[in-house]
Amino acid sequence: MELVSQHIKSIMEGCKERALDAGLRFDKETLEYIVTNTDMLELSPKNMIPTLYDYWLQDIQVLHGKGEYEYFPNNPYETVINTRPAISFYNDNNPDWLNVMIFYHVLGHIDFFQNNRFFEKTWDYDFKQKALTEKRMMARLYSQKGRKVDYIIEFARGIDNLCGYFDSLSEGGNFDALNLPPRVAYYFNIFLQSVKSAGMKMFLEEVERYDAIAEKDEKIKEDLFFNKILLTNPEFEEYFNKYTAEHTVSSKRDLLQFIMDESKMINTAENSWMKTVIEIVRDTSLYFSPQIRTKTMNEGWASYWHEKLFMQDDRIKGHEVAFARINAKVTSVSRVGLNPYAIGWRLFMFIEEMAEQGKISFEYNRIDDMKSRKEFAKPTGKGKDFIFSVRENFCDFTFLNRFITQDFVDKHKLMVVGQQVNQQRNTIEYFVKSRKAEDYKSMIIDSLYHPPKIQFSVTGENVLHLEHSFEGKELYREYISNTLIGIEFLWGNTVELETIELDLDEMKKQGQKSGAAQKDVKEQVKPVYAKVLYTSKYKKITKRKI
Amino acid sequence: MQDNIGKPEGSSFQLSSTTDDKESSIMNDSDIMEAQKRCILRPFLSFYDYQDINVITGLSPFGSATSRIFDLDRLLEKDKLREKDGFPRKIKLGKLIKPAKNGTDKTIIIPSATEEKFYHWMREQDVGEGKSTGGSGEGDEGEVIGERQLRPDDEGEGEGAGKGGAGDHGMGADAYEVGRVLTEQFELPNIKEKGKKTSLTKYTYDMSDKNRGHGQIIDKKATLKRVVKSNLALGNITGKAEIDSTKMIITPGDRIYRILSRERDYESQAVVFFVRDYSGSMMGKPTEAIVSQHVYINSWLVFQYNRQIKSRFILHDTEAIEVPDFYTYYNKAVAGGTDVACAYALINKIIEDENIARNYNVYIFHGTDGDDFDSSGTAAINELVKMKSFASRIGITIAENSYNSKNKTVVENYLRKSKLLETAPDVFHLDSFRADEADEERIIKSIKILIS
Repeated sequence: MELVSQHIKSIMEGCKERALDAGLRFDKETLEYIVTNTDMLELSPKNMIPTLYDYWLQDIQVLHGKGEYEYFPNNPYETVINTRPAISFYNDNNPDWLNVMIFYHVLGHIDFFQNNRFFEKTWDYDFKQKALTEKRMMARLYSQKGRKVDYIIEFARGIDNLCGYFDSLSEGGNFDALNLPPRVAYYFNIFLQSVKSAGMKMFLEEVERYDAIAEKDEKIKEDLFFNKILLTNPEFEEYFNKYTAEHTVSSKRDLLQFIMDESKMINTAENSWMKTVIEIVRDTSLYFSPQIRTKTMNEGWASYWHEKLFMQDDRIKGHEVAFARINAKVTSVSRVGLNPYAIGWRLFMFIEEMAEQGKISFEYNRIDDMKSRKEFAKPTGKGKDFIFSVRENFCDFTFLNRFITQDFVDKHKLMVVGQQVNQQRNTIEYFVKSRKAEDYKSMIIDSLYHPPKIQFSVTGENVLHLEHSFEGKELYREYISNTLIGIEFLWGNTVELETIELDLDEMKKQGQKSGAAQKDVKEQVKPVYAKVLYTSKYKKITKRKI
Repeated sequence: MQDNIGKPEGSSFQLSSTTDDKESSIMNDSDIMEAQKRCILRPFLSFYDYQDINVITGLSPFGSATSRIFDLDRLLEKDKLREKDGFPRKIKLGKLIKPAKNGTDKTIIIPSATEEKFYHWMREQDVGEGKSTGGSGEGDEGEVIGERQLRPDDEGEGEGAGKGGAGDHGMGADAYEVGRVLTEQFELPNIKEKGKKTSLTKYTYDMSDKNRGHGQIIDKKATLKRVVKSNLALGNITGKAEIDSTKMIITPGDRIYRILSRERDYESQAVVFFVRDYSGSMMGKPTEAIVSQHVYINSWLVFQYNRQIKSRFILHDTEAIEVPDFYTYYNKAVAGGTDVACAYALINKIIEDENIARNYNVYIFHGTDGDDFDSSGTAAINELVKMKSFASRIGITIAENSYNSKNKTVVENYLRKSKLLETAPDVFHLDSFRADEADEERIIKSIKILIS
């Protein structure tokens, strides 16, 4: 790994000036390295962070579940890493014009890293320095504790996707949130809405009543407010106490933190070093969290800028055709498949155009008539500003959920592609399943990175009880037992997992009852779900229906 | 249009080229392998498969599977320790690629590992709909826009027996690789010391040699003996009087040390018989399962017990024949009916004629689909009883045909009836499985059962 030559560096400095002029904002310092294939072998298991801690499984091809691994998105391999200064990697025999294109792409990423709110927690420090310190720490621990360190890394990594990324984002008060006393917050957020199912009118009236109490002292104000409520709803206190009892344990702590704080096994003098390891794993996972949650936006943004800036760059005239060829490969929408570069890039251009014509407005949205929608034009000149604010405040979910509209789907002839088996031809056929924006949107959102939500509490004799909040998909069964064994090790006692799974036996039974031929069972029987409890005790996994 | 879809369209491997003239050089072997693997895994790419590294810069984020293994032995050693620590093993052994139709495929072991976490996932086959993905272009709703073969991984694998590539006889070298990995999992059971006549150029190092005066570790007992001896000679110790240790003299020459020594390692020898039923009923899946299993066992033996093992190969339908090498054994095509006893009889005859049992441990691995025209199995059992006296292990694998779903197979029935499995559990091991359900993992598990 070596720095790029002075020649390339000077070209890149020129790119930076042009990018800054165009409105991108980023630190002036950057580092560019030439990497060889051997370097890649070392870098890729560490997600391109050269200083990441060592872990033995990195030496093996890590597959994320054979045929199923499309479901388990991994941390992205960027050509640029979010450090201070940002570091990017290049192939050693690229022609100059290609390096210019790549560098514009890189600048798009750097701008995104340094301005998108979801990366906020990575702004204050240089990850590669931190990682280096942690790597040394791990190495020292390894020399003292031997392979035990590997187990702790492994088991901590087993639950590192459950790290409370969004909770950590809201820490530190960078986002304004109502700071209500717990009783009041419970009343408005839970009691009125879920227990009483109050309507909007009543809700607003109550808010008004609360605001109307002109009392400085919070405690007195709260009492005054609840006086009336307790008269009509004497059960309130009971509900509130029950709720607080259930929810205080895990409040704002993710599973890794909770284990670090509460595990009796770890909180002994001889095992306290494990905390360091778990903390490192957790921090690393938090660092990568925004990146995987902004994949589409990040690539779309970078593609948008590499195209725009490259075409404006006067230094590389004459390479337009070669550029177009590469650019098309990167940003073309595939006939079948999802390409984040293509979708993100098109969506940014689409939004810009919409905002430019004033179409991102209430006024436009309320028009039903296709013709008037098409002819609608209230030029604002704010297109660019708008996409800059999108770049700052959105993540993949909000971006796709908000901006994929029927107009967008129609414009690019997008569709949902389904699969079906053709028994006669012994093939799997692809067919156009839907061209509706709603379907397209839910298909994309369904394929986004979304770790399961697991709540936890301690029950009985120091048993760690995990509860998976079922969102329509079960947990991947093959991985459950080993993950649980890992948690059991960290917790130092029995661990339970409550989740919901398809009841295959029941489905089979129903299939037989309805007299369907065996082949058709799957098509005819509706999915039946059952609640199950996995228990990991002394590294033995048992499962029963509850 | 349909052609387009059969391939992983827009795959990163097509994109990885940066300029025209580089296109060929960038697609190296590992890329192609990777692409093939991905093609099998997924017909199309999802969001998270696109990475800057391969799409934009033309670098490959994944080194080739083989180059990633810096030190396989070390990793497997680590993996072994996991079992000792009471955790399941992590490293799984990858695909054994059999000779392809054009005979160019090589056998490579790819170790892989998974990082288990809680992941969401939908069992589509149970919910009744296939996974949807994105797409673009023309076509009305409901219109079929492309197709691909139902089981792409069936392609190019050959049927095992009969269909294997004819170009390459290099099973040995490949087998060595496979064996090296399998060695970490298996060990021959009941091996006895018999006829130590092979002089091996294999050495072990020990601290067993002794040296007077200097060395690495002092041998206290020997030194003390020596001191007593010297002092006896000097007259410091007399027969009856109490021994006064303060008067004893210790010379440097009395100190006896142990030093590093090179020991010749003798190992026991064995003859392994591979027996395969190649009758008509074995056609298809059963043959494939049995043959893969024997490939594994043979590969492992070639590696682990290279010089001390002689393999013999026997094929039978209603008549048993011995074939000279594994290649023939592996590739010989299917023939007529089934008589198990004749194969066992042939083995007994060979052992008797060549007086093998005196100098060698004898192992017999028999693979069949469980059919036998002699349903009582009297003759076969008789032969097995004869074997019991000398064989260290007889492992019988029954790869059941799918049409034989409910009842146990003929062979299994008479074996169980004969009680041989109970009376000589050390010698007889039996494993039966459904041939169409036998994936690699099952086959390896089966080997473990046979040799455990």
